Amino acid sequence: MANLGRIVSVSGSLITAVFDQPVVQNEVGYAIIDDLRLKAELIRVRGDYADLQVFEDTTGLYVGGQVEFTGEMLIAELGPGLLGQVVDGLQNPLFDLAAVSGYFLERGRYLEPIDRERRWAFTPRARVGDAVRAGDTLGSVPEGEFEHRVMVPFGLTGWLTVKDLIDGGEHAVEDVVATLEDERGRSHEVTMLQRWPVKLPIRAYRERLRPQEPLVTKIRIIDTLFPVARGGTSCIPGPFGAGKTVLQQLMSRHAEVDVVVVAACGERAGEVVETLREFPELTDPRTGRSLMERTVIVCNTSSMPVAAREASVYTAVTLAEYYRQMGLDVLLLADSTSRWAQALREVSGRLEEIPGEEAFPAYLESVVAAFYERGGLVALRDGTQGSVTIAGTVSPAGGNLEEPVTQSTLKVVGAFHGLSRERSDARRYPAIDPLDSWSHYPGVVPGADVAFARALLRSGNEVAQMMKVVGEEGTALDDFVRYLQAEYLDAAYLQQDAFDPVDGASGAERQALVFGELVRMLRSPQPHADKDAARRFYQHLTQATKEWNRAPWGSPEFDAARERVHSLAEVTEVHAHA
Amino acid sequence: MHKAYTRLERITGSVVAVSAGDATYRELAQITWEGGSSLAQVVRLEGGRAFLQVFAGVRGLPTNARVRFLGRPMRVPASDALLGRVFDGAARPRDNGPEIDEEGIDIAGPSVNPAKRIIPRTMVRTGIPMIDVFNSLVESQKLPIFSVPGEPYHELLARLALQAEVDRIVLGGMGLKHDDYLYFRDTLDAAGALARTVAFIHTAADPTVECLLVPDLVLAVAERFALSGQRVLVLLSDMTNYADALKEVAITMEQIPSNRGYPGDLYSQLAARYEKAVDFDDAGSITILAVTTMPGDDVTHPVPDNTGYITEGQFYLRGGRIEPFGSLSRLKQLVNASTRDDHRPLMNTMIQLYAAYRETLEKRAMGFRMSDWDEQLVRYGEGFEVRLMDLEVDLPLERALDECWRLLADSFEPAQTGLPTALIERHWPAAA
Repeated sequence: MANLGRIVSVSGSLITAVFDQPVVQNEVGYAIIDDLRLKAELIRVRGDYADLQVFEDTTGLYVGGQVEFTGEMLIAELGPGLLGQVVDGLQNPLFDLAAVSGYFLERGRYLEPIDRERRWAFTPRARVGDAVRAGDTLGSVPEGEFEHRVMVPFGLTGWLTVKDLIDGGEHAVEDVVATLEDERGRSHEVTMLQRWPVKLPIRAYRERLRPQEPLVTKIRIIDTLFPVARGGTSCIPGPFGAGKTVLQQLMSRHAEVDVVVVAACGERAGEVVETLREFPELTDPRTGRSLMERTVIVCNTSSMPVAAREASVYTAVTLAEYYRQMGLDVLLLADSTSRWAQALREVSGRLEEIPGEEAFPAYLESVVAAFYERGGLVALRDGTQGSVTIAGTVSPAGGNLEEPVTQSTLKVVGAFHGLSRERSDARRYPAIDPLDSWSHYPGVVPGADVAFARALLRSGNEVAQMMKVVGEEGTALDDFVRYLQAEYLDAAYLQQDAFDPVDGASGAERQALVFGELVRMLRSPQPHADKDAARRFYQHLTQATKEWNRAPWGSPEFDAARERVHSLAEVTEVHAHA
Repeated sequence: MHKAYTRLERITGSVVAVSAGDATYRELAQITWEGGSSLAQVVRLEGGRAFLQVFAGVRGLPTNARVRFLGRPMRVPASDALLGRVFDGAARPRDNGPEIDEEGIDIAGPSVNPAKRIIPRTMVRTGIPMIDVFNSLVESQKLPIFSVPGEPYHELLARLALQAEVDRIVLGGMGLKHDDYLYFRDTLDAAGALARTVAFIHTAADPTVECLLVPDLVLAVAERFALSGQRVLVLLSDMTNYADALKEVAITMEQIPSNRGYPGDLYSQLAARYEKAVDFDDAGSITILAVTTMPGDDVTHPVPDNTGYITEGQFYLRGGRIEPFGSLSRLKQLVNASTRDDHRPLMNTMIQLYAAYRETLEKRAMGFRMSDWDEQLVRYGEGFEVRLMDLEVDLPLERALDECWRLLADSFEPAQTGLPTALIERHWPAAA
């Protein structure tokens, strides 16, 4: 017997329904117009009235209309076949939707994200009689380059005994592969398909570990100066046009991880299109396979219904956690968490809650914190490790980092990559501000060198500020050289040409070598006759180092370019001593 | 047949309430009273009451006005019969022409499935060198024109309407001065461009609610044209008026304001409109240019700020010219590689030299001695402003590129430009 309610009010995406049987907070309901069923989530109960946010356009709903409560929270389907998919915030596969509905996103049309027909070669990994717990591996199927683990459903509690386990063979995701018996003697049938409520973290692991190993993004300014750790969290705030999205696209391409989940949340559709059209054509240098095979795109772009925007980040992080359970390193890129916060604000406004700063709800901070806490490095019960690294962009209103979303994010992340309009206007890409950004994680180069570089950049900036007042003439030669050194480090190392195939992606080994040599050069004092000579010297050195950056790692050109940089540095020293 | 109601229970702002149990959300109603009539739309249902936003405003509205529900949301006709016509914010003819009797299509329809979009690939030629050469407009792009009152942005829009190489123009005016409306009409008419244009014009004297409908009407019509294979250019002015209308209505509806009085969903509202820009794989395209005046010339004001996060670059119109600095077409790389071999290098060199000219001007203003190089730069910069930046200049891309070469040759030696030798050999104009 379906649990039905009746609509008593409609305002934007928020509806209120009166009910008489018990309902569950955050359960999914469907608002019904004729044969259309619009998915909604119950977000508040007051007396006999339930407030639901509808994930679709509410045109046509009416007072007295039916709401069907399902008793189940908003879930994600988990199973083999997720990689390579493009889904919306409610996990509807967009290409399948297009095949059914054409150009437009038809409301009330929901498709299963996981193919029910496709058959997977199952290999059992447990034995009948084994004692297992939620998250333990029962078997596996090959998905792309990975062994996709078929696990004990995360929702089962306590110890279970494997009563029955099929032998290998080709199976569809809904076929029963195992039967388990719990401590109270109840039996549970397990398929390759799990359903998990997206707003709850998956915790079927032994323990959380401290993230310490750097996650190489091949972006020099990040890996060297402001590293992100495997299982760590970072945020990228910046004004419009500073390159947040480009930076995330670069990370999604080059980061050394197993799986990338892209959550395009409330941003431009065009950017998602770039990823979903280009990735199938690009090769992952680590595996030689298409980049799309390691990528999942969850997109709720800015013109798609706002209520589903909130769901999209949760769906994305749930998928990321699922692959972490298989011992994989997953990178979740959320662009942009501000749009998600705005969705919260819209709903909060409609609920007539007392607003906090800039009308964001008072619970914004705890919601943001809980989201980033779903990242992390974990030790699984079989001893392997998996990680979810979260990098979220923030789009602060007016580029002002004091605003609530940036501030609540900064409190909970381990690295801050602040983009600056000044740098992007000067075409200094990536426009991460080397003076304001920070990271708590260890990087790919020695800490002492990083400290030296940061001190140099700071003092170079001080000289630059001073020069604006007193001019070049009024600046001492030593100070001027420090300024040039900082500019050199910026131009020749921190800046990177994303369009150059070699310069665009710089490996960890290469960074350690180049940065080490640069720091050594910068540390040894280099006397110059006058400012013009100093300027010429650093111009030439910059030119030579940039060419070095464009030479492929391990090629003869690399050695030649390196030699040129060396000889330039040395010749001047000799010349100056003479 | 839908029931009629004759008792308004509440009149506040532009919203009235009526006890109507059978109303559906976003349904349209016709309100008639002695001395007037207006369309209205259901914006909220609560208990047995429907709250309706009255398009024509509530001035002079009696509580016994007759409300008849129409059983459908707002629609607009979208056939070729619209070409050459001008309508108002409620889709009524503004040009004394006949009503268009068509079933029409729903406005503010669903958004395009990202899986059906393609990476844009076609340039929209406008004949304006500052756009074609330096910040090419690309089909399906959405770009605001950031400006301040007093700048000739309507002249720019009119030129685009006349010159852009597209099949259809759909023009949306929001809060326009009546003079500006007449200017658009007369300019397009004189140039014979009305025949490919449809205009929805809301003037400052019209009811605020009708202002809110303009972008949706415009984009619904544009979308229909695009689906039939046409390349459509949508011109909107002024999106700041639109945002202000949103603010006005939100506040009278007692919504909690977020930033400077604007509603919390300003971003989503603007995005829902701008994201209608699209390039269909096997049909036409919609390109959007929207004037956004910046209150106090402040780009961090909520309207330009939110717009900047949505659009794919921006044009700054300052001092009667499209600023080369700050203006940016994020999609230009997708098209300017395949126009002519000299396009990209020329574009970069010209701008670098122009930046150097600006520095020289500062130097001159401070009374420093001018070198020969400075004199060359001044000659170049002044020529640049007259021969390329002036909004009156109308040159096809190739001729504009040739003009760039002539400008360089008039001021510099080839080697001073830093352009690749191969290009110089091919394009440098022979001495006259």
